[in-house]
Amino acid sequence: MARIVVDPVTRIEGHLRIEAQVEGGMISDAWSSGTMFRGIELILRGRDPREAWIWAQRICGVCTMVHALASVNAVEDALGIEVPDNARLVRNIIAATQTVQDHVIHFYHLHALDWVDVVSALKADPAKTSQLAQSISDWPLSSEKYFKSVQDRVSALVASKQLSLFGAGYWGHPAYHLPPEANLMAVAHYLEALQFQKEFIRIHAVLGGKNPHLQTFLVGGMATSLDPNEPGATVNPERIDFLIEKAKAAATFVDQVYIPDVLAVAGFYRDWFERGEGLGNFMSYGAYPQGSIKDPANFFLQQGIILNRDLSKVYPFEPKNVTEYVTHSWYEYSGGDQTAKNPFDGETNPKFTGPKPPYEFLNVDQKYSWLKAPRYQDKPMEVGPLARLLVAYASGNQEVKALVNGTLAKLNAPPTALFSTLGRIAARALETKLLADHIVEWIQHLGNNIATGNVKIHNGEKWDPNSWPKTTRGFGFFEAPRGSLGHWVEIEDHAIKNYQAVVPSTWNAGPRDAHGQRGAYEAALIKTPVADPDRPLELLRTIHSFDPCLACAVHVVDARGHTYSRAEA
Amino acid sequence: MISSRNPLPAALQARGVSRRQFVEFCTSMVAALALPPRYVGAVMKALAQANRPVLVWLEFQDCAGNSESMLRTSNPTVADFVLDFLSWEYHELIMAGAGKQAEEALERVVREHKGEYIAVVEGAIPTADDGVYCTIAGKTALEIATHVCTNSAANVAVGACAWDGGLVRAKPNPTGAVGLQEAVPGVKVVNLGGCPHNPANTAAVLTHYLTFHEMPALDQYNRPLFAYGNIIHDQCERRAHYDAGRFVEEWGDEGHRKGYCLYKMGCKGPEATYNCPTVRWNDGTSWPVKAGHGCIACASHRFWDTKSPFYKRLPSVPGFGVDVTADEIGWVATGAVAAAMVAQVVGNAVRDKIRPKKATEEADKPADSRGA
Repeated sequence: MARIVVDPVTRIEGHLRIEAQVEGGMISDAWSSGTMFRGIELILRGRDPREAWIWAQRICGVCTMVHALASVNAVEDALGIEVPDNARLVRNIIAATQTVQDHVIHFYHLHALDWVDVVSALKADPAKTSQLAQSISDWPLSSEKYFKSVQDRVSALVASKQLSLFGAGYWGHPAYHLPPEANLMAVAHYLEALQFQKEFIRIHAVLGGKNPHLQTFLVGGMATSLDPNEPGATVNPERIDFLIEKAKAAATFVDQVYIPDVLAVAGFYRDWFERGEGLGNFMSYGAYPQGSIKDPANFFLQQGIILNRDLSKVYPFEPKNVTEYVTHSWYEYSGGDQTAKNPFDGETNPKFTGPKPPYEFLNVDQKYSWLKAPRYQDKPMEVGPLARLLVAYASGNQEVKALVNGTLAKLNAPPTALFSTLGRIAARALETKLLADHIVEWIQHLGNNIATGNVKIHNGEKWDPNSWPKTTRGFGFFEAPRGSLGHWVEIEDHAIKNYQAVVPSTWNAGPRDAHGQRGAYEAALIKTPVADPDRPLELLRTIHSFDPCLACAVHVVDARGHTYSRAEA
Repeated sequence: MISSRNPLPAALQARGVSRRQFVEFCTSMVAALALPPRYVGAVMKALAQANRPVLVWLEFQDCAGNSESMLRTSNPTVADFVLDFLSWEYHELIMAGAGKQAEEALERVVREHKGEYIAVVEGAIPTADDGVYCTIAGKTALEIATHVCTNSAANVAVGACAWDGGLVRAKPNPTGAVGLQEAVPGVKVVNLGGCPHNPANTAAVLTHYLTFHEMPALDQYNRPLFAYGNIIHDQCERRAHYDAGRFVEEWGDEGHRKGYCLYKMGCKGPEATYNCPTVRWNDGTSWPVKAGHGCIACASHRFWDTKSPFYKRLPSVPGFGVDVTADEIGWVATGAVAAAMVAQVVGNAVRDKIRPKKATEEADKPADSRGA
């Protein structure tokens, strides 16, 4: 029996530490710990709610904009603001673009090296690699000469004995199963995806000035001015054309590179359709409103809860059922750490009780993480692309059903295969395709509105803080790339009185609760094989399949009231 | 820029770098640094070394936005940097190794390349409660930063948080967060403020260092003058509307659709210095003001506290404001342009390594004179 520690877990956002007990070559227990804390919600107190999104966006720079969107949603909910239809469209376009970009980066740059042995690519035959690539896709970059040039580049890197980012990889690990040709193809696509992501994200630059950290949201709408004739408008017909061109290129990349690669990799790692399941409870807040945000039934992706992997029933989501425990988190509740609290009653005081750094192991029987443990009706939930797809599937979303069933058929896998490490990877890829296919349509819709003179982008009725009630509160939600994201805001005298974010990776990466129930990562790691405890590649596969985002996950609300600036007209 | 008499160095050829890519890269870097074309040869030589200089990228109290921003560079691309020009041996967001192997990779750099490597730092460093608010491999951020940044050849702080503590340090600064130069007193740091940093500037700074073995000329905040010497308002494409008194009055109004000045909507451009309007973002696609939202002065010192509330119109400063006469406006414009020209001259003096602090302070005054 051995305790293994992976810290830092790399190829993620933020600072995550995993401790795991290994018995007989298999993980018997695991503990997930967030090791960084900033206190952004405390910093938000007392500030102008209209600019909360600018601050909250900085919770994360990988899934940038998702906190901005959840924040304006929360403030709009508190103030009773409906945004114009164009603002809804622009938000959907920005959010879907983010998700597509984020998923592509995740697969190639954060996750692929768990499955792809870079050094093995040196042994590949470029001619055979070309044949392999052409057998699975029409993507034009597939000649022997092309793969030879990529191989030469890797070769020069290895020969230089300076492997750069690839230096400390687990190359040659027995769990790598791809043939050299598949490895070479994947390395080529790793580099192509680097090009792709920066090109595609120019959609964000047009709409938001820059990426990361777009600067275009507004409480009440968006700052993207629209006009059919003006060159000075943020969006005009010329820019619509630019956006459509980028979106179409993305849909092609996803269809011809990302999806075929996922199917190819999955074919060599079929045992991972049976590993890494975890909780079997899934939650989605629903995303991409097709009309009012008050009408989740008409969202592009549905809202709901699935329990015990039972896809025959989708339970409705109620915000009041969200609570958080701090039993194993470095915080204190005044009423004791055994009971959970709803975010509106959030009351937290950070108190580190872990070992004094530098330390070797955490006291996992006590408190061991800066993440709280969120629960829905006292149950731990998995959130993310798999949860979203399952909720949409079980809700009868025909497009999702066709996509999922078609893919399972191609992989010759049963639906239960989705409850796994590979299931998460497949779901993420399918969601990428689903969104990439629709972004073009949403941009065209926006373009049509502009062409017909519908240029309203902001509802300014409540811009003046003097139009606000003395006190109010709201809940804003969104499905970020990594899962269900909620912001809770309380406003008093034009200033933020209380702010709380409960984010995807808190659901997935959180520690145990008062009942000892594990979080999603902890549960998913049970029974994961570990061939070599010194190089726990298999552990990384399951953790990375969730796409951890730890900066998001850690937060605090403090009972003390600080006021720095108030909204002024 | 580089003539056909300058063939691609063999070391770069072996790394699969195309000549075309390289020309583009050299052109953009030399332009960004305001260097004359004759420096292209020096840049080429520096980048073609057989042993690539080693770089480590540390993340502390960060959002990884600066890492992501780096992934969006074009000339060179991040792949060029990582694979061809540098040996990028530690970067949690994208490195292959994890856990023990990652720790060892960092330790090996400090041991084997002591005094030679470049350390890039992203994120603030918490100092309260013995630094327990950020640990990596059981060690505090403060311990790691001290160890890595006192043994490096050069340190680059990217983004607001690594420079001055950024958002993490905003009131009430729950974790006692500070930037690198405060956390590790005495280390030499080049600060690339901004939320996030603009990777075009960072690429230029790294190139300058690789070429001349020293950092470009810096201002009083240790920011490179070529990037932080000019006032945004003076470089703004909406400036003519300001001068003519044409303002956006409400979001989405006719003025907004026509690209009028965003001053009344809270734009901090008149108080901010940065090359955002000229370098722009994401391959020069756009920048916030072009996209329709006011500037939040994200490259200014302690901007989260000093420049917020972000929608509040800048207070009337002498000779400045929308109600002033045309004469007054003209005076402001002239004064600001003069300051900008001083800064531009200073920027052009990069190669001559002059550090005229006084001129810089003047240029920066409107941006940061309101205090923390």
